[in-house]
Amino acid sequence: MTGAGVFHYKRNSIGPAQVLILAVLCTGFVMVAYPLFWVLMSSLKTTEEITLNVWAFPAEPQWQNYVNAWNRGISGYFVNSLIVTLSTIAGVLSLSSLCAYGLSRYKTPWLKYVLVVVMGGMMLNPQVCLVPLYGILTRLGIRNTYLALILPYVAFRLPLNTLLIRSFFLSVPKEIEESATLDGCGSLQIYGRIFLPMSRPILLTSAILTAYYAWNEFLFAIIFIDSNKYRTIPAGLMSFRDALQIDWGPLLAGMAISAVPIMIFFISVQKHFVRGMMAGSVKG
Amino acid sequence: MVSRRIRSAVEPLGFVLPCIAVLGVFVYYPLVQNMIYSFFRFSAFSPEKIFIGLENYRMLLKDEVVLTALRNNTRYAFISVLIQVCWGLVLAAILEDRSIRRLAPVFRTTFFLPVVISVSVVCLLFGFIYSPIDGILNNFLNLVGLGAWARPWLGSGKTAIWATIAVSQWHSTGYVMMLFIVAIQKIPEELYEAAEIDGAGKLRRFFVITLPQVKEMFFVTSVITVTGSFLVFNEPYILTKGGGPGTSSITLAVHMYQSGFFKDMMGYASTIAVVIFLISAVFAVIQLTAFRSGED
Repeated sequence: MTGAGVFHYKRNSIGPAQVLILAVLCTGFVMVAYPLFWVLMSSLKTTEEITLNVWAFPAEPQWQNYVNAWNRGISGYFVNSLIVTLSTIAGVLSLSSLCAYGLSRYKTPWLKYVLVVVMGGMMLNPQVCLVPLYGILTRLGIRNTYLALILPYVAFRLPLNTLLIRSFFLSVPKEIEESATLDGCGSLQIYGRIFLPMSRPILLTSAILTAYYAWNEFLFAIIFIDSNKYRTIPAGLMSFRDALQIDWGPLLAGMAISAVPIMIFFISVQKHFVRGMMAGSVKG
Repeated sequence: MVSRRIRSAVEPLGFVLPCIAVLGVFVYYPLVQNMIYSFFRFSAFSPEKIFIGLENYRMLLKDEVVLTALRNNTRYAFISVLIQVCWGLVLAAILEDRSIRRLAPVFRTTFFLPVVISVSVVCLLFGFIYSPIDGILNNFLNLVGLGAWARPWLGSGKTAIWATIAVSQWHSTGYVMMLFIVAIQKIPEELYEAAEIDGAGKLRRFFVITLPQVKEMFFVTSVITVTGSFLVFNEPYILTKGGGPGTSSITLAVHMYQSGFFKDMMGYASTIAVVIFLISAVFAVIQLTAFRSGED
């Protein structure tokens, strides 16, 4: 296979069209990669260096920019994002797999209405529920707590993930369930001991998709949380910017801290992430 | 027998109830409440709500900012389909071509990188790029002798919306590209081989095989992209501080946010949310009917 690839590569790489295509790709590469590189490079410069010459490399790497950023708030936002994201994943996975089990293993007539309710939820956007949600969270007394983000996040991610897991459960052969029933397993045991372990790949995909959403969500994060104490990274970066004013070095370091670990994570699980994107074809 | 049948009629309830309850309280109930709120005038800080009938809707029709927002959302949709969907497809087709197989993974991962960066980091980054004096863009234009083109990209009412739209393209093109790459990988290799034997060139193979085979994905991503364009909030909120200068780069979602949480006209914000709901409902119906026709 590799031999054939090399052969084609050589045969096709002569024409001017190939040169043009390569030039276009390289332009795109620079347009995407340079700004990212610029953030990393500038995060090690002093603010004066950044303003004086945007292109120059740091005279001496200013590692204390990172220490500064971490101590002046980013650490807290990072922990908050972690708590909110992990709780959202736990909530979404447990509720949607339970619901998916009910939807896929029973033939009760009214379940089709449940399915319609779940599918309908996929069409609804957070923007449309924003004003009433603000009131509901206030009345429940949980605005300005982690729950103010976790509960709406879980709710808006349930439809997609329930349908995703349901389609996997539907493909589980009936015989497996029947033999388990003969062994005296109740439905809850079948769910917990057979279905959940079997569906680990789809649960992983769901978890990654949910993490992507919860880690990056911005609208709810700035409106339902007023206190700096509970801000997640996307919202926290805004107040971080306002607090630093023109202290650009630490701001860029803060941006790098918020972006790099999660970038590495998502690129390393790219395969599952893309599979989830395909299944959902829903943009976050 | 009877008791078993009853059990199986009630048993699934235990499984689906938690999910339905959460959906009910945090998605469907607010949706209905939002419809009702659009007939009221109220503040976020007082429980008192005054029924004003269609007054909010009358205000909506006279509100010029709504028109500006709709125009900007439409621009967003148009450019996004052109760049994210059309250009994303071209990129995917190029990267799936055998002639650059060895370089493709590098480009693919790089073009996908912005997708996994959170929107606030992306917007802060572009704040630096667009910065009038020490920004990368204007500095670059000066460097290549196009200094006359340099301008305060986000500070001018003429360019602010386009500069904002450009950020979203930078951020999301890789997403759509990746969807197309997977779609193209699913096309049977034999189709291409047959066309090659028939003497079809690369361009012809793209139009005769790739394009028809990814037709469905093209449609789905178009609808998703257009729907997303009518919901845009983050980019104008962060980059142009809520749709500035003035209201030149405002979108419907930003207008709703400002009406509700800035001017404290929660009822009117609900009315704008109804408009957003109606627009996205139309696209949802289009997507749903198309999906159904695809299944047949």
